[in-house]
Amino acid sequence: MPDLSALPETLPERRELTTVPRFSDKVFRGVVTAGGFVALIVLGLIAVFLATRSFDVFRMFKLGFVTGFNWDSGDPDNGITPILGIGSMLIGTLVVSFVGLFFALPIAVGTALYLTYYAPYWLKKPMTILVDLMAAIPSVIYGLWGFFILMPHAIYWAKLINKYLGWFPTFSVPLPIFERSPFIAGLVLSVMIIPIITAVSREVFSQVPLDRIQAAYALGATKWSMIKTVVLPFGSSGIAGGAMLGLGRAMGETVAVYLVLNLYFLPNFHVLFSAGGSVASMIVTKFGEAGSLELKGLMAAGLVLFIVTLVVNYLSNLIVRRASRTGR
Amino acid sequence: MTTQLQNDFSTMKPNRPWRPTPRKMAEDFLVIAIAAVLSPVIVQFTGLAGISGNVLTFFVLSLVGSIGISYSRQGRKAVGNAVATSLIYSSFALVMLPLASILYTVISRGYQSLRINTFTQDMSLTQPEAAFDQGGALHAILGTLILVAIASAISVPLGILTGLYLTEIKGRAENLIRFLVQAMSGVPSIVAGLFIYSVIIIGSGGHYSGFAGALALSILMLPTVARTAEEVLKLIPNDLREAGVALGATQWRTVVMVVVPAARSGIITAIILGVARVAGETAPLLLTILGNNTTHFNPFDAPMSALPLYTFNLFRTGLNTAISRAWTGALVLMFIVLVLFIFARLGSGKKK
Repeated sequence: MPDLSALPETLPERRELTTVPRFSDKVFRGVVTAGGFVALIVLGLIAVFLATRSFDVFRMFKLGFVTGFNWDSGDPDNGITPILGIGSMLIGTLVVSFVGLFFALPIAVGTALYLTYYAPYWLKKPMTILVDLMAAIPSVIYGLWGFFILMPHAIYWAKLINKYLGWFPTFSVPLPIFERSPFIAGLVLSVMIIPIITAVSREVFSQVPLDRIQAAYALGATKWSMIKTVVLPFGSSGIAGGAMLGLGRAMGETVAVYLVLNLYFLPNFHVLFSAGGSVASMIVTKFGEAGSLELKGLMAAGLVLFIVTLVVNYLSNLIVRRASRTGR
Repeated sequence: MTTQLQNDFSTMKPNRPWRPTPRKMAEDFLVIAIAAVLSPVIVQFTGLAGISGNVLTFFVLSLVGSIGISYSRQGRKAVGNAVATSLIYSSFALVMLPLASILYTVISRGYQSLRINTFTQDMSLTQPEAAFDQGGALHAILGTLILVAIASAISVPLGILTGLYLTEIKGRAENLIRFLVQAMSGVPSIVAGLFIYSVIIIGSGGHYSGFAGALALSILMLPTVARTAEEVLKLIPNDLREAGVALGATQWRTVVMVVVPAARSGIITAIILGVARVAGETAPLLLTILGNNTTHFNPFDAPMSALPLYTFNLFRTGLNTAISRAWTGALVLMFIVLVLFIFARLGSGKKK
């Protein structure tokens, strides 16, 4: 037993117990926090700079910039006043994106179901990688492929649809020109957003509780009735979020749409006809020969596109987050 | 008695009742074969034509066949299942079809004008119409490498810091930052290009440069790196952090010497995914680096070229030879992106 009475002359100083961060930690936290706020700074700068550069345009054309259908840079020598409006391009963006979503959504959900429930075990991983790989292919390659390979096939389908469903206003055409139509651009976009929707849906499907699946099977469900009654209700909001995410991506797509869509400054709802619009592609098309006012107009178009995609992405994140929290 | 029973069980061959019997497999095969034979005949006699028509008829015929066969086997309830199964299988086939077509097209067409000089010469002394053994994409390949290097140098540290903020600091703004990073990943690439154009190019009086392009790319790269880095940092067990702190290390030493090294392979994956994301971007480069035909190393003083832009601009000329060169550019670009992507996947796959 040690001799407790023989204490040393000088006691070691009591260790300081504190929850206050050291100086080095304060520096570290400061640096990391500053780094974390880069996203805020960049997004803020984008909004501020595009808004200031396009201020003149919004002052000149007011709301007409968003609702007007005409884009004419004007000719001061001949007294033609400029008029800038991206209404037709906005409508065109919506038309093209929704055509893309129309094809992409069922195919992507089917693919996600295949990868989660139908594919043989050894095939799942490589096929998932292959589908993810589609998201990594550069958009200029999608554009080239769409122009040279998909277009001939798509024209054939467009003619077929027009022949049998032409009585429906959307599928009629004023002239029999089917090249570079919103239909074709939508098809290219659908190929581009399928991997995104598939990835989100697959994520949700893999979270379906196993006991519910087994319960459905135990009650005598076939595979399809199990999916219909368990998987799809469970994953519905995840699918919706993925679709919104794909929609946001489709709206901002530039080069691929530029290569396969004929830009036309009037709203066109004949999806099979060779005339359409896309804000992003318009910016690229007009950029080369733009004068100073037109350039400001393009900045304004970029600002509108920025805001629209922000809203769509915000909604999609909201839906996906709610889906992953409640599982419903 | 019991031992005998056990022996019986152990020698019993498992009969897997869910497995298709040879008879069923033969029937399924017969349906597909009949559909394959009948569809060209039907195409001959109706208004349909071409490969697309054949595929459509084949699809409808095999669907009808599988409905009939499942009805005869199990009655009405099995029909819904059969239809859904066919639709799900064919939707997967519909996804693989364009992927295979894209890969095949890029490789077969890009190969036609692929020569050694694609990697050793630029287009400064060559017209696009010239023979394929003259000129090449050297300037574009170098341009892409320089742009991606600068963009990574900017966005990798910032992306990792953002990831650290979300996992280590967990400050009051955590949810806001997470939301903003997600929002940033949805910014259209053309908007990033316009932003850099309005700040750098207009600010410097119409002075296009590779650096401006790299800045635009880093805006697109940052959210990818940040989100992937956050994912992998989240996977590091809290025990490691607690062990570090318990040994008397300050937080920054714990993070720098324990957490980040533990997540190293995942962070490398994050970087590779970010690079793969921006290496193929065309739209922002159109507004910032403009394009160029000569090999150019200095990213600060003059327009540069990059592989996607090279491909895009050659396509826009409309000449057949130029388009062939564009396909070669696309082939080189796709090769780079896919190799990066597969590396990223292998890296992340090993860890799990």
